Amino acid sequence: MQLKGYGRLTPERLNATFAALADPTRRAILTRLAEGEASVTELAEPFDMSQPAISKHLKVLEKAGLVTRGQDAQRRPRRLEAKPLAEATEWLERYRKIWEGNFRRLDALLDELKRTHKKSSTTR
Amino acid sequence: MLNSDTMTITTPNDREIEITRVFDAPRTLVFKALTTPELLKTWLLGPPGWTMTVCEIAPKAGSAYRFEWRKDDGTVMGMGGVLREVIQDERMVSTERFDTSWYPGEAVITQSLVEKNGRTTLTMTMRYESREARDMVVQSGATAGMGMGYDRLDELLLSLGAA
Repeated sequence: MQLKGYGRLTPERLNATFAALADPTRRAILTRLAEGEASVTELAEPFDMSQPAISKHLKVLEKAGLVTRGQDAQRRPRRLEAKPLAEATEWLERYRKIWEGNFRRLDALLDELKRTHKKSSTTR
Repeated sequence: MLNSDTMTITTPNDREIEITRVFDAPRTLVFKALTTPELLKTWLLGPPGWTMTVCEIAPKAGSAYRFEWRKDDGTVMGMGGVLREVIQDERMVSTERFDTSWYPGEAVITQSLVEKNGRTTLTMTMRYESREARDMVVQSGATAGMGMGYDRLDELLLSLGAA
């Protein structure tokens, strides 16, 4: 039952990814890294947070494989790893489509019910 | 398509999947659509070729419910369980088990309806017996069990709505 092309996808890895994504600061860090690599100092700038606090968030992101460290020994720039994100998105996307289909039909049904509801209450 | 952006899916913990969706209708109508066999048969359907052949449900706590779908090649898929808790227009807790168990154990489904300004938010929480079971449900999504594509039926209901 593994997803095609994602042979190493495991529940553990997915859970780590989703846990990492659950925090708004970590999502903001990822958004920033999507524009290009950045050092811890640069990443801490827009947040009202200490560098150690940011480092803690980065550790969670690194553990989930969402962020890696660049070669520059001085800056130790962090960069975004796109693959785990894509995996997590695909994992939920298939499921989402199923329910979205269900709910779109339910929308149409509810519209119809509202119409008949109105009709019957006006004829009353 | 109107409400596509109002849907969220999250995995609040290891064993659960939570879906929320806003419907442009009062909650009495949503509850009706979730608990009336003739109505369920029009939207809780399979992909092209699937029809809902059995739909037995009554919104009463302690009662059993049973759903079956049939594909035009003769394949039958069934599931059922017990409605543990029913609060009219508000909340329903049910158990769910498929005949051919494609995930281990039984799931507990909680559906709640909250209405605001004539719009209703449905929250469905599916709690599985293990993380593995939950992940199987999501990963097998489009192909097994309730994981069926629904595109053509979407059109059907749209045409019903237009009629």
